Amino acid sequence: MNGKNDKWGFHTEKSNLITLDSNDRSLVNILAEQVPSLNSCFFCGSCGATCTASDDGMNFRLVHLLLRRGELQTVNKIIRSCLLCGKCTLVCPRNVDTRAVIYNLKILIHELH
Amino acid sequence: MDSENKITSWRNYQKKIADDHYFFVRSCIRQTFFPGSERAFLTIMRDVLGRDVLDDPRHTSCTGIAYHSDVIPLQTIMTVVARHFALMTEAGYSNFLVSCVTSFGIYNEILHMWEHHPEILAETREHLWKATRREFQVPANVVHTSDTIYKFRNEIFAKAKYSLTSRNGESPLRIAEHVGCHYAKIFPDKGEGGAEFPKVLSGMIESWGGEVLDYPERRHCCGFGFRHYVVRENRGYSVANTRKKLESLAPLKPDLILANCPGCTMFMDKWQYTLGEMEGVTFGADGRGIPVLTYEELAGLVLGMDPWELGLQMHQVDVEPVLKKMGIVYAPEKKYLNAGGQYIGKPMVPDYCCL
Amino acid sequence: MSVNPKKRVAVVGAGVAGIAAAVALKRAGVDADVYEKESGPGGHLTRWHALFPGRENAATVLQGFLNEVKENRLDIRTGTLVTDIRKENGLFRVTTGSGECSEYGAVLLANGFRLFDAARKEEYGYGIYPRVITSPDLEKRMEDPATGLLIHNQAPKKVAFVHCVGSRDAKVGNRYCSKVCCISGVKQAIAVREQYPSCEVMNFYMDLRMFGSGFEELYQEAQEKYGINFIRGRVSEAAPTLDGSIQVKAEDTLLGCPLKVTVDWLILLVGMEPGIPGSLHDSLGLERDDAGFAGCRNKFLLPGYSSVDGLFLAGACAGPATIPDSVNQGRAAALSAIHYLNGKV
Ligand SMILES: Cc1cc2nc3c(=O)[nH]c(=O)nc-3n(C[C@H](O)[C@H](O)[C@H](O)COP(=O)(O)OP(=O)(O)OC[C@H]3O[C@@H](n4cnc5c(N)ncnc54)[C@H](O)[C@@H]3O)c2cc1C
Ligand code: SF4
Ligand code: SF4
Ligand code: SF4
Repeated sequence: MNGKNDKWGFHTEKSNLITLDSNDRSLVNILAEQVPSLNSCFFCGSCGATCTASDDGMNFRLVHLLLRRGELQTVNKIIRSCLLCGKCTLVCPRNVDTRAVIYNLKILIHELH
Repeated sequence: MDSENKITSWRNYQKKIADDHYFFVRSCIRQTFFPGSERAFLTIMRDVLGRDVLDDPRHTSCTGIAYHSDVIPLQTIMTVVARHFALMTEAGYSNFLVSCVTSFGIYNEILHMWEHHPEILAETREHLWKATRREFQVPANVVHTSDTIYKFRNEIFAKAKYSLTSRNGESPLRIAEHVGCHYAKIFPDKGEGGAEFPKVLSGMIESWGGEVLDYPERRHCCGFGFRHYVVRENRGYSVANTRKKLESLAPLKPDLILANCPGCTMFMDKWQYTLGEMEGVTFGADGRGIPVLTYEELAGLVLGMDPWELGLQMHQVDVEPVLKKMGIVYAPEKKYLNAGGQYIGKPMVPDYCCL
Repeated sequence: MSVNPKKRVAVVGAGVAGIAAAVALKRAGVDADVYEKESGPGGHLTRWHALFPGRENAATVLQGFLNEVKENRLDIRTGTLVTDIRKENGLFRVTTGSGECSEYGAVLLANGFRLFDAARKEEYGYGIYPRVITSPDLEKRMEDPATGLLIHNQAPKKVAFVHCVGSRDAKVGNRYCSKVCCISGVKQAIAVREQYPSCEVMNFYMDLRMFGSGFEELYQEAQEKYGINFIRGRVSEAAPTLDGSIQVKAEDTLLGCPLKVTVDWLILLVGMEPGIPGSLHDSLGLERDDAGFAGCRNKFLLPGYSSVDGLFLAGACAGPATIPDSVNQGRAAALSAIHYLNGKV
């Protein structure tokens, strides 16, 4: 329980531990099935560096990694600033179809909600 | 800058630009912001260059902005695009000439999808048939209007009245260009010069006597970003990107900014006022803005067209410094008068001056 | 010529691999003709200034190889480009640019690598922005302290290296790692710091591959003694600023933030590309590996044996290699060729 408890005057701090055992990491598998090149990503960061919306926090590498670790809390917020402009696809040295991944991810999240 | 190597790099990306007989499609927003541009374009193509261009009034918005803002689904925009191709086919044309960079990207992207997914093309044909009883052929050549001005830049200059130099012809005008993202970043081979060193605007500038400025954020987005602009809550992102560009080019002290996309031209122009009001920053000389022109306006000026017929008084940042620098003969008193001589009003703050 | 062509070997290329092979052949009493297209032997070694891992002087090492050439009275046919190799009736016919043909019982291919043409990575602006140079350009500059990286006679203040230029990059069709550029980058970063102690040096990398002996130690030395900044993120684009310096964009992937920095020089660590012409596949049936380097018959049991009987491989023509790798391969290939000539294969 993370909520502040008035009676005690303190709360249990939330752990920032990534618990791979319980985190839901299925989303990335669905995406990789739709866009197989996702599995080629080696997290170099070219996409995030060149991203038109990088100043707004968009970062494809980070989103991909969060999905792989099942840390989904911030993903939706981050990809909201993506313009689907495809500049990241242009620079990716592993030919990941980044734009298609984000597009499909948006659909997935939409369906989940 | 090693211009010789630059030329070699540009040579790798030379696209086919049809020579004549174009089916012209307008931009949906442009006639409001830069009302003389498309008209000037048609005059240049038809009267100056003697080309056949069909401007079909039945053509509509491509719905690209709505598509990019997730408002219009893919199937719908494909059907709208198919309708435009049908109008072209019915008129007996096969060269598709696009005024808007967003639309240009949309057309190329959809053609690309159809090429790789014939079943989507078949589905689109069916949708169009059901909705309008029309049929279409895909165009043989899709070009942007800046491509044709680029192609005919020397022919234009042969008929020019002014060049992009200061009045005495001694120093070239210093011009920072911005090429719309969707011109070549989606398909580098669809843009003259590719995505990294597009030649489409710099080629015009150089041929007409100006100097191209290379600034660090030359390839950065203008800030339009569709939903980033369309949704008010997101406009802060839009204006931040424009500021990034303007901050990057300001130290080079450009005489003007040249753009080839309706949205970019608008944002580079109007956001200067916004930034002035919001943050008290200006980017041009003497605490003023940097004038922003479309390539048709620039071509029009070079050819000696009247600045007010070109609609330059509709710009947010005053363009008169450019006119004066080029030594253009014009009537300052007619700036805000319409063809009938009536006063049409003027921008509340024509350019922001924090002095 | 009195010697039976069946007993002679053609060595194609007089880089370190070719020299090592020819010396080994000569010492074993086997006749070898060495073909070298350039005006002198040494291959790429002639272009380097200092060598990893110990930052030995390249000129001294080159001199060592040249001494071997001299001592063993190797006959190197410089200025002679091999244009074609064919095999007929068990004999190899080697044709040169001038149309001359000679026959050999075996061929030892040591024609090395080509440097990646950095202009192909358009986003870095090599050849367009004068302050963007490659690692071989830097080696050359460092040879003359009067040029070096001086800008209007001033020492540079910030220099950045980009790893993996033209390697590990599907966009240019090279998926492989060039192996030597990481350590070259460390070596060069140190050299820059040593020459210009006040200059900040940054290396943008994706992975640092310190595979050889002494490599990891040099990396650590670069951190501890020379204060090189290693930033994990691939540079996505470069653009010039008003004063000609270069603005670089990357992501600091360890922090997850986009990063921007302006540097006086941007140095591209270019990789190796295969130097094997496709024509050898047609004329000889020489197979290449996925990366385009000459492929061997069995990586474990027969490295250095090409797909063509009697044609042996040494050095960087068979894949990215260091100088010691190339020398060892040269000697090994010489022995394989001798076995072949003696009918022992
Ligand atoms: C930037 C950089 C720095 C490096 N620094 C180091 C270092 O510090 N230490 C280290 O151990 N290694 C270093 N290396 C690696 C080193 O350069 C190679 O290991 C070595 O050059 C390989 O030798 P080689 O003989 O196989 O090929 P090469 O050196 O390429 O020699 C091949 C020779 O063949 C000739 N040739 C090619 N085709 C023909 C033909 N058709 N006919 C006739 N002749 C032909 C060429 O002219 C050349 O002389 C570096 C590499 C790079 C890219
Ligand atoms: S550029 Fe490609 S490989 Fe690099 S992090 Fe992005 S998606 Fe992954
Ligand atoms: S498609 Fe999205 S993530 Fe990729 S560069 Fe454009 S805005 Fe950034
Ligand atoms: S050795 Fe290093 S710099 Fe060279 S390709 Fe491999 S990882 Fe990249």
